Amino acid sequence: MNRRLLLLLPLAGFLALAVFLYQGLSLNPFHRESALMARDFPEFDLATLKAPERRVDRDLLTTGELTLVNVWGEWCPECKREMPQLLDLAERHGIRLVGVNWKDTREKALGFLEEFGDPFEVNIFDPDNELAFELGVYGAPETFLVDGDGVIRYHHTGYIAPNDVAEAVLPEVEQWR
Amino acid sequence: MALMRGSLILATTLALLLVAGLVQAAAIEVREFNDPVLEERYRDITASLRCPTCQNQAINDSDAPVAGDMRDRVYQLLMDGRADFEIRSYMVERFGDYVLYNPRLEGRTFLLWGLPAVLGLLGLVLVGLLVRARRNASNRALSAEERARLDALINRERIE
Repeated sequence: MNRRLLLLLPLAGFLALAVFLYQGLSLNPFHRESALMARDFPEFDLATLKAPERRVDRDLLTTGELTLVNVWGEWCPECKREMPQLLDLAERHGIRLVGVNWKDTREKALGFLEEFGDPFEVNIFDPDNELAFELGVYGAPETFLVDGDGVIRYHHTGYIAPNDVAEAVLPEVEQWR
Repeated sequence: MALMRGSLILATTLALLLVAGLVQAAAIEVREFNDPVLEERYRDITASLRCPTCQNQAINDSDAPVAGDMRDRVYQLLMDGRADFEIRSYMVERFGDYVLYNPRLEGRTFLLWGLPAVLGLLGLVLVGLLVRARRNASNRALSAEERARLDALINRERIE
């Protein structure tokens, strides 16, 4: 009798594997952790969007204040949809926002801020993909939560939907503030 | 007349194919290499890095913007004289292990690399054990008592 049950072992193994692989089918391949998680925000030296003569570097993010760094571009439709949420985070929740204006022109970017509002304390102007490449950005918008010491604590790939504010972003802000 | 129309169609088709080929070529840039070894390395590296936004495409095969940026960087780093593994690590540092088609062998990936070998070995051991068990069963000699019984059975059958 016991030996008969042993014959079921391969079937059980197969079923376990099937369940495991089946779960994999419903995973979103874009949900993966940033390679920079828990690492220092990369070095950079770039001009700001509004004042071309003003240069900013990594010191911008080691002020002791928690900062959301949002990578955006005028050409990116999702970034427009995200603006109300970013304005909410900045104005209602008092979070410091720094933008990275990515692969854009000054003229278009300034027009964007005029039209959709400006939640950013400052925007880093990155037309040639210098900083964004260091951050491993592969599509806008992307948002990084950087703690007061300039360490990346959370990475949001893609658009921050209205429900993401309370469900994903604010809990992380509370944790690292 | 029919012949002329036929050749006109042929010419148009050829022209269209040519244009299509040009458009295709425009998506992925052509690079100049003075050194064939460097070119070979460029081809190997760009074929072994996965494009972060695409579903299963290497960066040498994708016209996504990020793939183009990564190819540019691979080219620059090659020109700077960096080694292949340095270039791959450079990309992993920024885009994560996801970009490697061949995951590196390290603590986190020992199961991934080790499990197939372990399972294969286990299978071999199992097959070996089964074969030995069978061989033993068929080789086992009959005891004197069993032989006598067998003879008796055979004799009885003959008599009947």
